[in-house]
Amino acid sequence: MKGFPLLRRILQAVVVLWAAFTLSFIILYLLPGDAVLTKLGSAEGGPSASPEQIAALRAEYGLNDPVIVQYGKHLLAALHGDFGTSVATGDDATHQVLTALPPTLAVSGLALVLAIVFGGGIAVLGTFTRTRWVSQLLLSLPPLGTSLPTFWVGLLLIQLFSFQLRLFPALGSTGFASLVLPAITLALPTGAIIGQVLAKSLQTQLAEPYIEVVRAKGASRRRVHFGHALRNAGLPALTLVGVVAGNLLAGSVVTETVFSRDGLGRVTASAVTAQDVPVVQAVIVLAAFFFVVLNLVVDLVYPLLDPRVSVRKEVPAHV
Amino acid sequence: MALPLLLAACGTAGGASPQDAGPPRPGGTLRLGISSNPDCIDPQQVSTNASVNVGRQLVDSLTDQDPKTGAITPWLADRWTVSPDSTSFTFHLRSGATFSDGSPVDAAAVKTSFDGIKALGAKALLGSSYLAAYRGATVVDPATVRLDFSQPSAQFLQASSTMSLGVLAPAAFKHTAEQRCQGTGLIGSGPFVFTSLKPNQNIVLSKRTGYHWGSPLWRHQGEAYVDKIDFRVVPEPGVRSGSLTSGQLDAITDVQPVDEPQFSGNGFTEPVRPNPGIVFNLHANVTRGVLTDEKVRQAVSKGVNRPEVTSTVLTPNYKPATSILGSATPLYTDLSKELAYDPSGAQALLQSDGWVPGPDGIRTKNGQRLSASVLFSAVFNQNQSVLELLQQQLRKIGFDLKIELHTNAEVTRLQQAGDYDFLWYNVTRADPDILRQQFSTKTNNRSKLPADNPLDASLTEQSATVDAAKRKPAAEKAQRTIVEQAYSIPVFELTQVLGVGPNAHDVGFEASSRLQLFDAWVSGS
Repeated sequence: MKGFPLLRRILQAVVVLWAAFTLSFIILYLLPGDAVLTKLGSAEGGPSASPEQIAALRAEYGLNDPVIVQYGKHLLAALHGDFGTSVATGDDATHQVLTALPPTLAVSGLALVLAIVFGGGIAVLGTFTRTRWVSQLLLSLPPLGTSLPTFWVGLLLIQLFSFQLRLFPALGSTGFASLVLPAITLALPTGAIIGQVLAKSLQTQLAEPYIEVVRAKGASRRRVHFGHALRNAGLPALTLVGVVAGNLLAGSVVTETVFSRDGLGRVTASAVTAQDVPVVQAVIVLAAFFFVVLNLVVDLVYPLLDPRVSVRKEVPAHV
Repeated sequence: MALPLLLAACGTAGGASPQDAGPPRPGGTLRLGISSNPDCIDPQQVSTNASVNVGRQLVDSLTDQDPKTGAITPWLADRWTVSPDSTSFTFHLRSGATFSDGSPVDAAAVKTSFDGIKALGAKALLGSSYLAAYRGATVVDPATVRLDFSQPSAQFLQASSTMSLGVLAPAAFKHTAEQRCQGTGLIGSGPFVFTSLKPNQNIVLSKRTGYHWGSPLWRHQGEAYVDKIDFRVVPEPGVRSGSLTSGQLDAITDVQPVDEPQFSGNGFTEPVRPNPGIVFNLHANVTRGVLTDEKVRQAVSKGVNRPEVTSTVLTPNYKPATSILGSATPLYTDLSKELAYDPSGAQALLQSDGWVPGPDGIRTKNGQRLSASVLFSAVFNQNQSVLELLQQQLRKIGFDLKIELHTNAEVTRLQQAGDYDFLWYNVTRADPDILRQQFSTKTNNRSKLPADNPLDASLTEQSATVDAAKRKPAAEKAQRTIVEQAYSIPVFELTQVLGVGPNAHDVGFEASSRLQLFDAWVSGS
């Protein structure tokens, strides 16, 4: 495989997708009850339908089949991009998930940009400044940011900027204005992580002997900081972006609920509650797909930043 | 006698609040915040409050029900006859009503619609129980349709007024049940038509132009006032109430007890209406553990302090249960004396029955602890707090109530399997027949009663006639038997609490405490 890194990555991706699909199926199958019972149980006082009607409904959704048959059917259809029909909403699962994707991507994307700009900015300024108290203040922000509960931050922002100052809408996913508050909410913990890691790694780099060499050659403080230290410190932070982008998608459950937005988070949360296998599987496969692609992109960007790395896997262990 | 009084006391639906002054004006959009995403908006399939409140505006029903008296009144049918044994109902349809695709609301359309609901089976979550004994419909002439049942079904007359049996156009049934859920082919004859649906976001309905066959119970005739209703899904209760106070919404549903004080005396109104039907109750399985003992069940009922539940965990907008039926249910009987808080009576009853306090305060008898568990899910936000309070109250009489939170699916499964001591639930239905649905040995039989029980006869009797004078004694006897035998322990009445901003007016309730938005109007910007 040594000569086909790309082929190898694609094979890995397929295995990851299959594993995600299978694991989610097993977990949903192990839970007591099923989508039909959940749906009927949502009626006040429980189902009023006769046991025969309930059995007929379960048969219609294929829930009476042996579990291995259900798995096989779902997997075969999924290979064609068909995840089935949502038991809870009656919508096509693939369609439901793809419709929910753009609003989530919009918020996550903006949040990622904000997180990089502010998290990175704090780290760079905090390590660059010579004023001790400014540096201490800036570098104490990221730990604070990671410890604030997203839910609480979101409600606080709504209270202040929507209910009091009336600058942004509290609800909905229409227009850029509706993106701002949820993106800030999501960006806060993410930016804090980026800031923390980058600051730490900048401090490490600045203490390295090669910095002394650069300084001795007469490079300016700015050039040392931005030209050399940041370039090297950026690598771990970049790897981190791959991980936090995933966290952004996960964090969308909370922000979407607080800000009454549509999106993957809401769809996932309600599909899991309803044990709606088709929708949950569509979400999971899509999410797994994202992670795989994101990691691949990060790996491809690596060599651009550090020419010593060609493709991560190809670096001999003894170097 | 208490029914009209109670309804008058909470008759905000009648619209007597001060800012209703001034003539209603047409136009504008009513932005209404609802608490959960309606998974399905087809009125024939839905069951959750969020869905029902949307679906109700889209369809007309054969009849309507007076929220004040519970009487069944004309709507699409201007008159009807019922066979003496309540197995056959003939409806004479009014003329001129059309579906929004232009087709007429005639006998054939009504037949198609009812057959369609029957064919939905369990997907018609509410309708399937109303039509359990439905045999079929006959088109007598274009304006007359007869519906036949295989057994006496007095409840059907009230059911014909609900949105679950609302009439959809024949064209609607060319689409699948799933498509109708998402709005496709949702063609009714109601005062509003489906316009758009964005999941987890909003549902928009528009006024039906040319509508002039509204229920005579409504405050005006002709078209609805508002051009559009924009149902916004706002799951977070604090955001819902904040959006109302900051003017981003005109009205909201499901105001939480903690948010209620925000809307008093500042231009906002808080319409409330208790739900008719079975109140929130501890429904006992009389075949399990200590609950097989009638005296134990009666002691539990005496040991529940109902006013304390509504005054501490809930708010004064909620009423302590005074029967197994809510006070807004037709043929409700006031049994408040029987349901009075009597801890010393409960203690005496248990003592005489041989239950003596153990070292931890919980009573025992022959080594058996006086303990039972209650199954519940979080369908109503305050369920857990209410049950924790009941737990404390019952501990005082030496009864150990264990509370078990489960998912909807798990509660449904355990319920179907009969694997429970107490069930905690309520059911909204503006007809006493809901008791037969949950208690009769021929239907759900939640108490697991034996065939020779003292309740079945009165449940069957009340289902046999639509004549209220004959029905009332049977319905009253059923409520009394349930309370006296403590087959179930009623606790409080679920209540709809709305928040309405200064610009919205006449947001009202129909008899089943669902929103009726035909008379609603907006002023200001």
